[in-house]
Amino acid sequence: MDCVPRTMLEKIWHQHEVIPESADTPAVLYIDLHLIHEVTSPQAFAVLGERGLSVRRPELTLATLDHSTPTRTEQIFGGAPIAIESAARQIRALERNCALYGVELLGLKSEQRGIVHVIGPELGATQPGKTIVCGDSHTSTHGALGALAFGIGTTEVGHVLATQSLLQRKPKSLAINVEQRLQPGVTAKDLILWIISRIGVSGGTGHVIEYRGAGVRALDMEERMTVCNMSIEAGARAGMIAPDETTYAYLAGRPRAPRGLDWERALARWRALPTDADAHFDREVAIDAAAVEPMITYGTNPGMVIPITGRIPERANDAAFDHALAYMGFEAGAKLMDKSVNVVFLGSCTNGRLSDLRAAASVLRGRKIAPGVQMLVVPGSQAVKRAAEAEGLHAVFMEAGAEWRESGCSMCLGMNGDLVAKGDYSLSTSNRNFEGRQGVGARTLLASPLTAAASAVRGRVTDPREILN
Amino acid sequence: MEPIRILRSRTVVLSAANIDTDQIIPARFLTTTTRDGLGQHLFADWRYDVAGAPRSDFILNSAGARNCRILVAGRNFGCGSSREHAPWALLDYGFRAVISTQIADIFRSNALKNGLLPVVVDAATASWLFEHPGAEVSIDLPTATLALPGRAPLTFPLETFARSLLVNGIDELGFLIERDAQIGAFERRQTTA
Ligand code: SF4
Repeated sequence: MDCVPRTMLEKIWHQHEVIPESADTPAVLYIDLHLIHEVTSPQAFAVLGERGLSVRRPELTLATLDHSTPTRTEQIFGGAPIAIESAARQIRALERNCALYGVELLGLKSEQRGIVHVIGPELGATQPGKTIVCGDSHTSTHGALGALAFGIGTTEVGHVLATQSLLQRKPKSLAINVEQRLQPGVTAKDLILWIISRIGVSGGTGHVIEYRGAGVRALDMEERMTVCNMSIEAGARAGMIAPDETTYAYLAGRPRAPRGLDWERALARWRALPTDADAHFDREVAIDAAAVEPMITYGTNPGMVIPITGRIPERANDAAFDHALAYMGFEAGAKLMDKSVNVVFLGSCTNGRLSDLRAAASVLRGRKIAPGVQMLVVPGSQAVKRAAEAEGLHAVFMEAGAEWRESGCSMCLGMNGDLVAKGDYSLSTSNRNFEGRQGVGARTLLASPLTAAASAVRGRVTDPREILN
Repeated sequence: MEPIRILRSRTVVLSAANIDTDQIIPARFLTTTTRDGLGQHLFADWRYDVAGAPRSDFILNSAGARNCRILVAGRNFGCGSSREHAPWALLDYGFRAVISTQIADIFRSNALKNGLLPVVVDAATASWLFEHPGAEVSIDLPTATLALPGRAPLTFPLETFARSLLVNGIDELGFLIERDAQIGAFERRQTTA
């Protein structure tokens, strides 16, 4: 009889062990869903070709175009050539590989195309209890639905294509217990940045985080995705949240979710997934959601983050810190509030969902973006785009002076033509503020969609609570 | 994959902490569909000025750094993205090992899969290496030991599995393919469950 209390991680892990790990050898772990995109797959397919292998389970593999794919409508639908030749090559390579190996591709003009971590949940392909991998570290997003989901490298993409399996050591478990609720004007993005400020960019190293507690239960599905998305910025392998009624309500009726009797069976399985009472975590951290404030980064890693009303800390004898501040053009002890911004980016797999666009639109409705500020609004998927347009959100953005694009990763990473100019300040709802991430010399300030929209209106770093009140 | 047993080289030191994958190879160079040639973009934003000329003040551009196969780096090296272009670029440039007090998880596993050896050392050893750039050091794979001139050899953590794959030059894909029967049996169990 199985009476040792187990964490959700342990349960999912155990259900997917083809061969358990031993002291000498990692486990062979079976993968239920493999998401692929144009940037991290070509070299993996090349290995299949070199060794004469096929894709073991094409039906468990789903491809989309997002990372280097342009967001300009004319390049997707208008017949204009894809401006960046190397991006066009990657797109063609994925099209060719998917055709050759029988993998479903949500191609350039597909209504279901979008950022890989937005479309998985949206299509209902992401489900509780699944093991999900993708050659992108923000695969942790899918953990919001109670999946064990993590990023892998291209060599491993090849492993999964060829064998549907991966060699893995079981990670440790870290419980982040979030009590209380977020205050008005404070978002899930602020919560995860707050958590990173507490545990640090390597605080989760070697662990899978399970976010728990009333503060997490109170979040809707999209907010949970934002939190799990940035687990990787805390150094963790993955982030997960136990499925509950919010999860089931989100999934019911989605195109790839089970139906009828299959749905009932799946529900019974999913209800057994949450961590048992008294299960042991390797580490636990407590967070008070009510204390969280709107957060913003000032440096070049997501751990260099402060409450928006705060000051940049001072650190003696820390060359990396000094280098980061010099890159950002900031000084220790200074406030970030009222610093001018040149670019505002609303989008990415962190904050490119409908609720993020709604939040930003609530600030921008009837307002204009400050002169000289460029704002790009890039929906996370074509489905998000259609839903936003049905509500008239695109009109709100365009009337405010923002650009409205086709879905994709866009300015989250500088490889699809959407770039921040050297030295410019970008207030971005994405997840990474590394040097050069949004373009050579670009200076990224990460914050929530509310903060982004409020700052776009003022042309300066702005606490959204000032505008919302 | 080439088997590695002993690696002897002078070191190049980049002592900054948190060197992330965007610094190792900026995202704009990831649009390739092959692995070859990535070494020329390694640390591109540090190595070249805006006009594309090598910066004389960057260590990799110094004469002493040529042909060094071991990189010594600050804490939390390789943090950031899961992109394998980072170890590919380091390998294509000619590095075979990275020494640091802390090496980011995904980077570490990507490095091992591609035959780049991650060597985690204690803070005292790291400071010695920072203070002696260009030191001739030697890494012995079968025993997972690092020998520094004039100091006692020290062992570093390296899983038996990774070690035996590296020493024998077998890769993980080959290992998995050999387990085809077990994978098939698992799939049959799943569909009948
Ligand atoms: S939006 Fe950014 S983080 Fe998300 S998948 Fe795309 S590149 Fe990766």
